[in-house]
Amino acid sequence: MWVWFHKLGSPRHFYRISGRLLPWLTALAVGLLAVGLAWGLVFSPPDYQQGETVRIMYIHVPAAVMSMVVYAVMAAAGFVYLVWRIKLADLVAAASAPVGAWFTVLALVTGSLWGKPMWGTWWAWDARLTAELILLFLYLGYMALYNAIEDRRSAGRAAAVLALVGVVNLPIIHYSVEWWYTLHQGPTTRGMRIAGTVHPDMRYPLLTMMLAFGVYYAAVLLKRTRCLVLETERDSAWVRELVKTT
Amino acid sequence: MTPGPESPSCRLEAVDLTCERGDRRLFAGLGFALNPGEALIVEGANGAGKTTLLRTLCGLSRPVAGSVRWCGEDIHAIRPEFNAALNYVGHQPGIKADLTPLENLRVDLALHGLARGDLMDILDRVGLYGFEDVPCRTLSAGQRRRVALARLLAVPARLWILDEPFTAIDRDGVGMLCEAIDAHLAAGGLAVLTSHQAVELAHGRVGRLTLGRAA
Amino acid sequence: MWRAMVSVVKRDLLLAVRHRSELVNPLLFFLIVVSLFPLSLEPDPRMLATIGGGVIWVAALLAGMLALDAMFRPDFEDGTLEQLVLSPQPVAALALAKVFAHWLVSGLPLMLMAPLLGVLMNLPGEAMLALLATLAVGTPVISLVGAIGVALTVGLRRSGVLLSLLVLPLYIPVLIFGAAAAGDAAAGQSIAGPVLFIGAMLVLALTLAPLAIGAALRISLE
Repeated sequence: MWVWFHKLGSPRHFYRISGRLLPWLTALAVGLLAVGLAWGLVFSPPDYQQGETVRIMYIHVPAAVMSMVVYAVMAAAGFVYLVWRIKLADLVAAASAPVGAWFTVLALVTGSLWGKPMWGTWWAWDARLTAELILLFLYLGYMALYNAIEDRRSAGRAAAVLALVGVVNLPIIHYSVEWWYTLHQGPTTRGMRIAGTVHPDMRYPLLTMMLAFGVYYAAVLLKRTRCLVLETERDSAWVRELVKTT
Repeated sequence: MTPGPESPSCRLEAVDLTCERGDRRLFAGLGFALNPGEALIVEGANGAGKTTLLRTLCGLSRPVAGSVRWCGEDIHAIRPEFNAALNYVGHQPGIKADLTPLENLRVDLALHGLARGDLMDILDRVGLYGFEDVPCRTLSAGQRRRVALARLLAVPARLWILDEPFTAIDRDGVGMLCEAIDAHLAAGGLAVLTSHQAVELAHGRVGRLTLGRAA
Repeated sequence: MWRAMVSVVKRDLLLAVRHRSELVNPLLFFLIVVSLFPLSLEPDPRMLATIGGGVIWVAALLAGMLALDAMFRPDFEDGTLEQLVLSPQPVAALALAKVFAHWLVSGLPLMLMAPLLGVLMNLPGEAMLALLATLAVGTPVISLVGAIGVALTVGLRRSGVLLSLLVLPLYIPVLIFGAAAAGDAAAGQSIAGPVLFIGAMLVLALTLAPLAIGAALRISLE
């Protein structure tokens, strides 16, 4: 296991293995997305309260979940890079950041689209949306720091420290925003509640969409990391060989 | 001045060092060993990586590959012990312009966990007698350099790493510093330095390392 | 280690005293930002009293931001930061000493000045006390978390805007509880909850931030 892990940690092996995985993951992501979208947007029943608006949930919820999952992956990869100095971990973190930021934007936009018919306003300072907005700030800060530092290795390590600080802060931010929200909660606003009480007719398309987003992230992550591997290893023999043969 | 705990095997080794700045490879596969009583003078054109090498040797920068060893152990694994044995004077003298030489040196001593030493005597030796109570801001560049060199004498350490120590120093100062390095080597210390000037050391075995552009 | 930490604190305080004029600037900024609010809204005493706590907290964050850069940048430029990192003492401990010294000359004055601004914002007495209490536990958190940001960006030539982008989102929990406490107190409620919560954040920051600052400083010096 450990040997395998180390093998994967070498950029060259990663490139080879990910090259084999990528087509499968891409196909799976496209398939799941197609099924999930059709199921959620067309075939699932409308909500008795929210009507057709509820369909936004099939995109909003997976995007919101993924925005946090990706941040966690980023921080974990940063930790691995800081402690064991596995270069690949840094590339995984760097490749994750923009994807996570887009998931966050998607969650914000869909949340706001959902808010218009539900709350009558594009933006309400709902606890979840606010937390999501702060998460977007964290992503932007991470990417800004990464881009600001010229030396690649220092940039990766500095950004990793920031991601870890962010990960420690996220629960605190979430808690404090929830607390702040209940303090100021107006009678008209109502959060998007999608706890375990969701009807099975909605739960399964939602789960499909979550899975689809997850696989999509995995596929994009591999693709982006592969690009970064080529870029950072451009002087190594195997990349030159690769370029020559293709 | 007692140069650290006595263990004759404490030597500085560079093992297969590879360093880069930005995307440019400065040198690869560099190796040497420095024994007690020996000095290494690093030479090379501007941009050859002298400063990077020195910063790597003292643990500020990390090499892309290879390791720096002190007493046989990677310096990053024994950082407190290594730092206790190290005295580094970099490009920046590492002194506060708004403090007097005396105040600066007191902080340096405290950082090494030492009580007050005989600082006046040391300031006298580096030719700063009478300047101990004026802010370093009002001193000349050469005098400020001398404050940094006073740190070498005030804080006992086995390994001196000096980046261009002779910059801005007058002839008397160069002589004084050479004497200090000689005495340090004679007492079993080690020194690594870069210099554009010819360095004349009487004692000790002096090795030279030339970093080439194409290395 | 203790001797080194005390010595670092002493040195930084001495330097701060020799640069007295620079200490005043963030305080003036604090005063001006707060006084912009009545001018841009309306000087209705009741409204000022409701928004006062939040406004003063936001202004304190911004003024604190301004002062942050001075924490490590001069040391980075004159090489004393290298000496700090290369000393046999743990970097985290020295970093904590520096943050403490910085808080004494920036966070503490902000806190002491807050009641004066409370008067400008028409804050009732209880809210003023709540403000003081939350600033007392909150400003050290601000200094500690801010120090991580400074340590990460000190190697960059220009870092002002980037620093605020990194640090301000991390300040949000402190801001929420700090501002809420003033409101709670004005409404006659207990402020123990928010103050204790910020206290918990302070404990967390005291234990973890020095490690992050130390790691960040090493990275910036590479």
